[in-house]
Amino acid sequence: MRFSESWLREWVNPPLAAQALCDQLSMAGLEVDALEPVAPVFSGVAVGAVMAVEPHPDATKLRVCRVDVGEEEPLQIVCGAANVAAGQRVPVARIGAVLPGDFKIKKAKLRGVASQGMICSASELGLAERSEGIMTLPGDAPVGEDLRAWLALDDQAIELDLTPDRSDCLSVAGVAREVGVLNRLSVTEPAATPVAPAHDDRYSVQLAAPAACPRYLCRIIRELDPSAETPLWMTERLRRSGLRPISPMVDVTNYVLLELGQPLHAFDLEKLEGPIQVRLSQSGERLALLNDEAVELDDDTLVIADSNGPVAMAGVMGGAASAVSETTRDILLESAFFAPEAIAGRARRYGLHTDSSHRFERGVDPMLQQRAIERATALLLSIAGGRPGPVVEACSEGDLPQPASLLLRRTRIRQVLGIAPDDAQVVDILSRLGMALEPSLERGRDDDAGEHSAGAKGTNENRARDDVGAEGWQVTAPSQRFDIQREVDLIAEIGRIYGYNAIPVTHARSAAFTRAPQEMAFDLQLARRTLVARGYFEAITYSFVSPEQNGSFDPRPSSAPLSLANPLSAELSVMRSSLWPGLIQVMRQNLARQQPRVRLFETGLRFLDGAENLRQSPSLAGAVVGPVLAEQWGAARRLVDFFDLKADLEAVLTQTGRLDALRLGPPATESDAHPALHPGQSAELWLGEQSIGWIGTLHPLLARRLELPNEVQLFEIDLAALGVGERPAFEPLSRFPSIRRDLAIVVPATLPFERVRQTVMASAGDLLKQLILFDQYQGDKIEADHKSLAFGLILQASSQTLIDAEVDAVVQAVVERLEQELGAKRRT
Amino acid sequence: MVLEEPMTQRPDADPIDADPTPDLADLESAALAAVNAAADLAALDDVRVRYLGKSGVLTAQLKSLGALPKAERPAAGQRINDAKRVVQDALEARRAVLEEQQLAVQLRDERIDVTLPGRGQTPGALHPVTRAMARIERLFANAGFSIAEGPEVEDDYHNFEALNIPAHHPARAMHDTFYFPDGRLLRTHTSPVQIRVMETQPPPLRIIAPGRVYRCDSDLTHTPMFHQVEGFLVDREATFADLKGVLYDFLRNFFEQDDLKLRFRPSYFPFTEPSAEVDVQCVKCGGRGCRVCKQSGWLEVLGCGMIHPEVFRQVGIDSEQWLGYAFGMGVERLAMLRYGVDDLRLYFENDLRFLSQFA
Repeated sequence: MRFSESWLREWVNPPLAAQALCDQLSMAGLEVDALEPVAPVFSGVAVGAVMAVEPHPDATKLRVCRVDVGEEEPLQIVCGAANVAAGQRVPVARIGAVLPGDFKIKKAKLRGVASQGMICSASELGLAERSEGIMTLPGDAPVGEDLRAWLALDDQAIELDLTPDRSDCLSVAGVAREVGVLNRLSVTEPAATPVAPAHDDRYSVQLAAPAACPRYLCRIIRELDPSAETPLWMTERLRRSGLRPISPMVDVTNYVLLELGQPLHAFDLEKLEGPIQVRLSQSGERLALLNDEAVELDDDTLVIADSNGPVAMAGVMGGAASAVSETTRDILLESAFFAPEAIAGRARRYGLHTDSSHRFERGVDPMLQQRAIERATALLLSIAGGRPGPVVEACSEGDLPQPASLLLRRTRIRQVLGIAPDDAQVVDILSRLGMALEPSLERGRDDDAGEHSAGAKGTNENRARDDVGAEGWQVTAPSQRFDIQREVDLIAEIGRIYGYNAIPVTHARSAAFTRAPQEMAFDLQLARRTLVARGYFEAITYSFVSPEQNGSFDPRPSSAPLSLANPLSAELSVMRSSLWPGLIQVMRQNLARQQPRVRLFETGLRFLDGAENLRQSPSLAGAVVGPVLAEQWGAARRLVDFFDLKADLEAVLTQTGRLDALRLGPPATESDAHPALHPGQSAELWLGEQSIGWIGTLHPLLARRLELPNEVQLFEIDLAALGVGERPAFEPLSRFPSIRRDLAIVVPATLPFERVRQTVMASAGDLLKQLILFDQYQGDKIEADHKSLAFGLILQASSQTLIDAEVDAVVQAVVERLEQELGAKRRT
Repeated sequence: MVLEEPMTQRPDADPIDADPTPDLADLESAALAAVNAAADLAALDDVRVRYLGKSGVLTAQLKSLGALPKAERPAAGQRINDAKRVVQDALEARRAVLEEQQLAVQLRDERIDVTLPGRGQTPGALHPVTRAMARIERLFANAGFSIAEGPEVEDDYHNFEALNIPAHHPARAMHDTFYFPDGRLLRTHTSPVQIRVMETQPPPLRIIAPGRVYRCDSDLTHTPMFHQVEGFLVDREATFADLKGVLYDFLRNFFEQDDLKLRFRPSYFPFTEPSAEVDVQCVKCGGRGCRVCKQSGWLEVLGCGMIHPEVFRQVGIDSEQWLGYAFGMGVERLAMLRYGVDDLRLYFENDLRFLSQFA
């Protein structure tokens, strides 16, 4: 909603400067988006009268004009505009004038002819974006008068960003009403006396969808002067509201829309045939609209139809065929109330948004139509003459919105706002807002529901007051405030006018009922900190990625990813089923920015198993590339490998208390492998019986395709699968010394260390406290395709000092089992 | 200080002067001279062994006592022991000196350049959005709020209907929504978590819900994904004045400005009534007006209000028995103000040069 300050002040004129007025509006909930001059700064421009126009002796496109600007002698001005003509009133920039853009007018010679100023176009004065030729002023413009003063251009446009509930302020009248309330001023409305009919032609109207359109007014106006022009005062107001003047008929409907908030429509009477029917469209009906677009209607759009079909999309836009044109003399003027539910969403459905639909879908005062049609008639007649007929009104009273009568309980005001304004204040605020109040001694709602009041009794003193009787008021809101539907809406209004900032700041007592997270629930914040301490940076990437990226990293590429119906672009069109595509993308960008070492992690949802069985899985993923350590002295450069990442992952999982249950399952077959990972350097992660994710080196093919180095390491875990961890359980400390025995064995190279570990653990018994792998060797010193594993066994008993014989027995048992079960050979 | 006695004599020790009948006084002065001549602890130990060891020269004197007449033995023994004690004391004094010297040398030799950079892993950093969000969570946790989370792929009911935003409501136009073909959507705010919690947990409730939200909008000041923290309280008593109390506490703590000014402007959200937008005094210019606050001196930071009775009705909470308030804030915006980030899009570019500034 945009309007000029001067227009508003014509209605109500508080003793506030423009900025203060805007602050007041913002603080009352009518947010001012902009306050800006209606015209840029210029000076030295006067109204001039063109007395004579003669051709320039040396230039065919230039004219030499004699212009009276109220001085003793007329000025000689050379003008290049084609439309300049003797008898016109025009804006003249005199010598010394400064036009917008700090353009100074000086004495000049144009092709040898002296020019004592410039006749201006609207755009040169900043009064239009574009203009053709010079600006012409009305014939009664006072010659010699300063143009700025005469047009009252020292005015400002106020732009309001209104919330959807305050459609009552989508008009100068509505804003004026609000300003009146805030400043305790009365509002001066323009006269709206009914215009007496000059003939008795009535257009027949049928309300075929009375719920959607319960009130439809129209009036035939004949013999309008098609050559009439909209007066400057009106075009200026329209311009200052951001509307372009078109023709008196259109301008008047726009003007009344801005002034009163009632959208109107003018049909060319000649183009209508048969009675007007306000009905829902039939599927497949077509309507060519004013904006030169043709739409095919569904069966749920309210239309104005004549006997040939739809002529307008009700409350949204008129049809092209019945639109007024330069030759229109007779019109049918429409002023209707369309229910918000019947209009809401329709314009959007057809890709339209108009000033009319904007108002109707938010709601128009259902009592405004008569006043608006009379106002428009009076304005139109004063501009273009014409003979009005009587106003025809079709109305379905029962379908009109009825003003709600609401019980406002005194106690409830305090319960909601935390303030207890006295009665006089409440009555004052609501009355100023146009509400009708009746004192009410009705019993409170609590008493209707006896068990509630019994249960609540004694919980606090407010309740006790309720039980005595919820004295208060029965309140009826004015018709334009149909947003007032409940008691709490009245309370909100009281708070608004009382002033939100006048409401105290309090700290309520509250029972302690915080539910702390379980101790062993996975602490994501701790996991983040762990990774940060290990050199990782946290990234946040979009949850949608391209289908190609997603496909490359999806562990189950067969299941269709969840795709958006209206993505911003194909690049951001499917919900990620892995966090890797985002991290890889970030990694690539950072490598491209000369970062040699990129260590990233991200947490967020993955969207798994397709639309049907969608699982939104909270996950944590990491991606690293480059040297393990930042370049530094005293540490050799080494690229990250699988085991660096594994250690990072183990650090994260330590908090579960179940690290001993972590198993890495290398893919047994090709189909088990993760498509994005190197099949020989990757594993599915298991915590006990639960699969929790994947870890591995990026597949070399993918690395090549993405132009990434070969050593990119990735992990991704499903946080929900981690479950609740195991609480630490104390074990008594042994007072006896431990004994270490080292053992080296040779096993086939393909045998996983995990098998060795399990075998050792199973055969060593309770005395084995720790197994430390301290070397792995493959090479000339042992059999081909074999490896040597060297590990230390730490043995300790809880109740005695171990003697050699006991330790030897354990080692013997371990060696025998390794030999028997794994074909291991002891190295000596 | 006790030094261990070496098991064997050093092979490079000087040959012992083996005069079989030396005068005790000579022996003593020779020993003292040798002690004083010992240049290091090893040499000193050689001296000790030579004179006081099992087969040391002075020790040998004691063995020779047997050759003396019985009556002379005590006096001679006394003299030998005296000489031994003198030599022993000198040895210890010399040892203390040498140890001190050795330590001085060690300390000198082991001197390092402490200005060299530290070695090992260098820490990364949390994303600034997470950092701000963690701070918000911590502040509200102090006020007794628990954290709840909800799905990002939401249904229309939780994102709109239950929040009193029926189909075609003009407020929907304020949410440029991403949809899926089946009618589901990406949540446009974290408010649906309010509904999900109230559906499953009985009041009283004190919850905050941080998370990602999505709007189908992308330009200089909008990204299609961003973060919000929703908070709400449902209790027997809860007033707009209490809501102001919580938000004053929160914002003043968040910006660590005890006198930070706030203002509450009436606004409209379908799921609260009354509703307000909250501005803080510009944290950049202190309210004088600057580029950040567009010369207004104020910054809009969150929306709030009293939970609408229709929302309570949707989740089966009796609005006559329970009152509540709710508030929601954009994390990127708060982080921008807190850390001075001036371009929203930087958050999702994840440039390490950007991320490393939040370590």
